[in-house]
Amino acid sequence: MSRQYLVLVAVAGLLLAFALATYFYTSQQADRIGTLAAAEDSPLERPHSRSSGPADAKVVLVEFFDPACETCRTFAPHVKTLLAAHPDRVRLVLRYAPFHQGSDTMVKILEAAGLQERFWETLQVMYETQPQWASHHHPQPEKIWEFLPYAGVDVHRARRDMQDPKFVKIIEQDLADGRTLGVRKTPQFFVNGKPLMRFSYDQLKSLLDTEVARQYPQ
Amino acid sequence: MTQAQNSSDPDWMILFVCWLLVAGATLGSLFFSEVMELPPCSLCWAQRIFMFPLAIILLLGLFPFDPKIVRYALPLAAIGAAVALYHLLLQVGLIPESAAPCRQGVSCSEAQVEIFGFVSIPMLSLFVFASVTGLLLLLKRRQSP
Repeated sequence: MSRQYLVLVAVAGLLLAFALATYFYTSQQADRIGTLAAAEDSPLERPHSRSSGPADAKVVLVEFFDPACETCRTFAPHVKTLLAAHPDRVRLVLRYAPFHQGSDTMVKILEAAGLQERFWETLQVMYETQPQWASHHHPQPEKIWEFLPYAGVDVHRARRDMQDPKFVKIIEQDLADGRTLGVRKTPQFFVNGKPLMRFSYDQLKSLLDTEVARQYPQ
Repeated sequence: MTQAQNSSDPDWMILFVCWLLVAGATLGSLFFSEVMELPPCSLCWAQRIFMFPLAIILLLGLFPFDPKIVRYALPLAAIGAAVALYHLLLQVGLIPESAAPCRQGVSCSEAQVEIFGFVSIPMLSLFVFASVTGLLLLLKRRQSP
């Protein structure tokens, strides 16, 4: 056997093994998450989870996000567009994945604002002002308080409410569910329990559109 | 006189096996980090730094066959083996964790993957680095009678 031929065969064999392993691993992961999602006690959504959209929607888009994550911020308007395209059929569920340092404070503020029915407004303001309080070189989480009145939040009340230990429990639960579901980066999306495998807006749109078409046949 | 370009030359074969081991280990480590998305710890990174270039220079040493490659590949393999041994001792607990050079992030002492229940990533790494070191030493001895 010639040397060149032997090496070529070896390269082809190694790459084939890699591709097969990748295929089996990803399909096995998708199956595992699908089983978890179908379970009674699904880690995709908890009673405390924030949700928007019709309660009877057959398609549920779950997003694990971090208020300090730039990509989550960039994706927020796209997610809005996707939801607007199927207003009666898709429900959005937000889960916390506060991986940045200090993000858990932001989550507590969001939850405290939620007590004032200002959750979504506050999230919007957080994303809009993110460059000012979450700069990587110079994070200033305290600055968020200046912006909260724009979301209609009673700041004094929010400062007091955010100390509630139940918000720590919520964060721990979301982080634990994230680990179960293999969430290591934000944002991570699941459509009816199917994880977004390749991260891009187009992939998310096609995953969502496919699921909507499946659940609501013409 | 031109040498026959077949793979029957045992010296070439030794080098080929070295490359095959390293190429397999390189793809394996990429599988752990890119497909399984396990973040590599700092000691894993040190081992990757010595493993990845071996995949390239050993291949270059195969075409045309250049036994002098041992001189360049052996230090990489030997240092890689030393790091892998340290990592393994840390993981089985023979070196106390306080002595570990890991900063925040991924723990080096926690086994993230266990194949068949006992084979960990530093074990695989040590196996490859040590085998390659041994094979390169063998090649060196055969080349200088």
